[in-house]
Amino acid sequence: MILGIDTSLGSAVAVVEPDGVIRSQVESADPRGHAEVIGTLIEQALAEASLSPSEITHVAAGMGPGPFTGLRVGIAAARTFALGRGVPVVPVPSHDAVALELLIHDALTGGYEESSDETFAVVTDARRREFAYTLYRGLDDDGLPVRVTESALAPRDDLDGVLASAGAARRDADRIPAAMLALAAARALAAGRTIGPADALYLRSPDVTLPHAPKRVNL
Amino acid sequence: MNRAEPLVLGIETSCDETGIGIVRGRTLLSNTIASSMDEHARYGGVVPEVAARAHLEALQPSIEAALAESGVTLADLDAVAVTSGPGLAGALMVGVGAAKALSVSLEKPLYAVNHLVGHIAADILDADAPPLEYPTVALLVSGGHTSLLLVRDLTTDVELLGETMDDAAGEAFDKVARLLGLPYPGGPEIDRAAASGDPKAIAFPRGLSRASDMAKHRYDFSFSGLKTAVARWVEQREAQGETVPVADVAASFREAVVDVLVTKALAACRDHGVPRLLLGGGVIANRRLRDVAIERAAAEGVTVRIPPLSLCTDNGAMIAALTSELIMSGRAPSTLEFGADSTLPVTEIQVAESA
Ligand SMILES: [Zn+2]
Repeated sequence: MILGIDTSLGSAVAVVEPDGVIRSQVESADPRGHAEVIGTLIEQALAEASLSPSEITHVAAGMGPGPFTGLRVGIAAARTFALGRGVPVVPVPSHDAVALELLIHDALTGGYEESSDETFAVVTDARRREFAYTLYRGLDDDGLPVRVTESALAPRDDLDGVLASAGAARRDADRIPAAMLALAAARALAAGRTIGPADALYLRSPDVTLPHAPKRVNL
Repeated sequence: MNRAEPLVLGIETSCDETGIGIVRGRTLLSNTIASSMDEHARYGGVVPEVAARAHLEALQPSIEAALAESGVTLADLDAVAVTSGPGLAGALMVGVGAAKALSVSLEKPLYAVNHLVGHIAADILDADAPPLEYPTVALLVSGGHTSLLLVRDLTTDVELLGETMDDAAGEAFDKVARLLGLPYPGGPEIDRAAASGDPKAIAFPRGLSRASDMAKHRYDFSFSGLKTAVARWVEQREAQGETVPVADVAASFREAVVDVLVTKALAACRDHGVPRLLLGGGVIANRRLRDVAIERAAAEGVTVRIPPLSLCTDNGAMIAALTSELIMSGRAPSTLEFGADSTLPVTEIQVAESA
């Protein structure tokens, strides 16, 4: 049983069986307030899946990209939940979950054959007039989305130009499906692969300005 | 849950220290601290985003280290405790998210508590000290806060008498150190420089200490005017081509800070008829502050208590200690319905207590 936790946009928690059956998926769309809801969402996801915490075997953590303050809440929660049960954390890039959902949907609706080699960009709001985007093309033999490029930032006004030159269709996402995050983790585990970074995908350095000489007060 | 001697793990992430503490009843088992102070040094002060990133990295290893040191497992715990506020919002959220998930994962109760009251609770872990008596006045001084409290009961009745209107005392040390070309953190540097200086060399102002301030700000502090006065004094010497007597400036500045802290704390003791003063917070590491407080308190018949210095700086043990007291006094756990509250008032000792 895999618990998936992502707070890179809203807050999302899901439980998925190792073979991909979705047992529960709960979320809060609030782009702030991750710390407020995270505990309740985990409880709800377990309750709806009729599971006790001890039945969780892995915790999938959405590693971003996403606005830092919220993103950290889910990663911290994933790590301590796993620590509490003595089970591993499986890091997953948050955009992988969106890409997986899109690709599975295409496969189910028959559009997969035509679109399988189409490059597309998962695009999420990175705040400060920037978007985070990741380019994907199809599923690999392990059933995981193929990342053409790693996640990056682009100014809002430049994004369409960047995607056009990459020949990528734009797919905006305003939520991260935690069930798909957990499913990606399940497929990575089955394939014995590591698909996500160990640390948060911040994409930005902290805002800091080096102090200049003390301001003069007399003049 | 063992209410007689609860085993509690406390998580503290309100500023730049990732603190994990484990206590059993009133016995300290581990006070594990990972500090990101070095990462802030080049910026001359705590950078919130840098601190929050460091918390995320340090949390799990710190929990593991605290468990190892204590010789207990997570399954042994009676409760998980976390700082809900006050502090830096983004930093607090890391601890809150971690504590909630740990509590749900372990199916153990969670207590969300007040950081400032935690500073007072640190005193309980001092095995060599006699029991804490009430009421007591508490002076908490650090880089993040400067507060004067009246503690009638640790778990039920803490009143804010006064606090800083601008910079925390520790911040003032950092800023004046920079002014004098000394590195961060400023406290120990100012101390070192002041050692050979004359504390009476320069009469720097005591903030909010005029008779006209006493009605509204009797127990409040202000250090930004002092910082400006130091800056002006230094500039004037430089403008006249004189060398700045760093030792005298440092000693006189430190004396101004210490004087106003101790004067107001003892005024609170006198006004409220409380012959007890508890000191807490990282700036208590300043030897001059401790010495002056003890000396002047003795002259007024006030007993001073100072927790071990390792428990004065921000730490998780004090959060676990406060929670242990809450549990022993029969308090119910918090619900999961709380967040990080960067301005949590000191009167809210526990947050979101379940009905
Ligand atoms: Zn503190």
